Amino acid sequence: MSWLREILQSGQFAVTAEVGPPKGTDAENVRKKCDLVKDTVDAVNITDNQTAIVRMSSFASCIIAQNMGVEPVMQMVTRDRNRIALQSDFLGACALGIQNVLCLTGDHQSMGNHPQAKNVYDIDSIQLLQMFKTMRDEKKFQNGEEVKGEINVFLGAGENPYADPMEFRAIRLAKKIAAGAEFIQTQAIFDLKIFSRWMEEVRKMGLHRKAFILAGVIPVKSAKALRYMKNEVPGVVIPDALIQRMEAVSDQKAEGIEVCVETIRKVRQIEGVSGVHIMAIAWESIVPEIVKRSGLFPRPVKGEITSP
Amino acid sequence: MIIGDRKPIQEILLMIGNRKKVLVLGCGTCVTVCMTGGEKEAKELASLLRIKGYEASDYTVERQCEHEFIHPLCDRIQAVDAVISLACGVGVQALSDFYSDKMIYPGLNTTFMGMPVEQGIWEERCLGCGNCIVHLFGGTCPVTRCAKSLLNGPCGGSKDGKCEVKPDRDCAWQLIYDHLKKQGRLDLLLEIQPPKDWSTSRYGGHRKMIREDMLL
Repeated sequence: MSWLREILQSGQFAVTAEVGPPKGTDAENVRKKCDLVKDTVDAVNITDNQTAIVRMSSFASCIIAQNMGVEPVMQMVTRDRNRIALQSDFLGACALGIQNVLCLTGDHQSMGNHPQAKNVYDIDSIQLLQMFKTMRDEKKFQNGEEVKGEINVFLGAGENPYADPMEFRAIRLAKKIAAGAEFIQTQAIFDLKIFSRWMEEVRKMGLHRKAFILAGVIPVKSAKALRYMKNEVPGVVIPDALIQRMEAVSDQKAEGIEVCVETIRKVRQIEGVSGVHIMAIAWESIVPEIVKRSGLFPRPVKGEITSP
Repeated sequence: MIIGDRKPIQEILLMIGNRKKVLVLGCGTCVTVCMTGGEKEAKELASLLRIKGYEASDYTVERQCEHEFIHPLCDRIQAVDAVISLACGVGVQALSDFYSDKMIYPGLNTTFMGMPVEQGIWEERCLGCGNCIVHLFGGTCPVTRCAKSLLNGPCGGSKDGKCEVKPDRDCAWQLIYDHLKKQGRLDLLLEIQPPKDWSTSRYGGHRKMIREDMLL
């Protein structure tokens, strides 16, 4: 059974971290990143060619992580694979013991390093969730044929409380949950006001009782990086006050960590938030400090957790 | 209508090379309306080619995509070394089929099926998937107008009504949301749209339509 599922179901606040595979064949790179975070997180979430830049596959990286005793969350995007390839890789992942799959549509290839590529988008993330849920619960492929063998995967989805149309975001979350999402990873949170408002909608619809919501956070090293994200990364909202706060200090790195820790402490107080997902992109080494300073260490140990 | 975009003159010159006697053939339908391949544009290109030293003439037919219109061109086409068709890709292929011994060059890039949205601006509206479901989305096609063809709501990159992939384009899902809200049909968005059957689209292979009632 998925360890992440076990922790969330036991009512404990979960911690996951993102690991991006290398632009090459170095398995040691994946091991090193996993090694940096493994004692302070419950699962490691491995990206699938994020921002449409070619990297080692999430599938292979997940197996590398698993072989070192780290529980992976395999990301799967619908940008590059049609329903045939997605189902096939899902079967393979189940056969190799992967317990968690995060279903995403994926960044458009024009954002990445092969903008000339032809995309697939045969199905969207909601249809992907539904397809995997049906394979797991009804033992049926998307075409209705029988799936043989056991599937016991914990299914997740992403959601962005900050994108437009904002009044549709909670409804879209409801759709994802209806389609099969059991845990939700949110876009990085910098603006707590908007996030709290979204969570209010989520609670009103009772969605926090139907799926576990992991709040996404990104530790940022400088005001410049924040400004870049504000201007260049679609779907991220960064309050000007935060940029000013970072600009006002001499040690911006330390302040970035402080902001991240504060955000984690604040989202933890919001009813319905079941965990946190730390996306320390190219800064995995900072994850242990953030987890510890957020009061989330030590992490639960297998065999020692009890259900509420 | 089918929208086309004329190829740059340098590319056209490279294609035709040293074939000196050239016919520029306009098409009187879609590409006339979008002002890239009609009579006026055929004349312009022919005069440009004459300036470049070619023996260029021009002619425009009603529709290059139908045999009855291209059949009468026999003498004109036999008299030249090359034809530059200013029709869409359908017209170019109709000509190439019919005059298979002649060099027929595409003078346009066929860009999309769309419409003028303001003076001088055309936008794509339909990609011809073969199974129209536009009524489920308040009249805006997400298959064509969402960069990811999402059928179940906007991605996380919709901002101020614009698309993250092409920030000068409207987010199809913002339009869908607004239209359905106006129509009081937001409930449609709660339904999970199943995976689309793409077999009716180009992905199912080269398409063909047969009307039994019209066969001779």
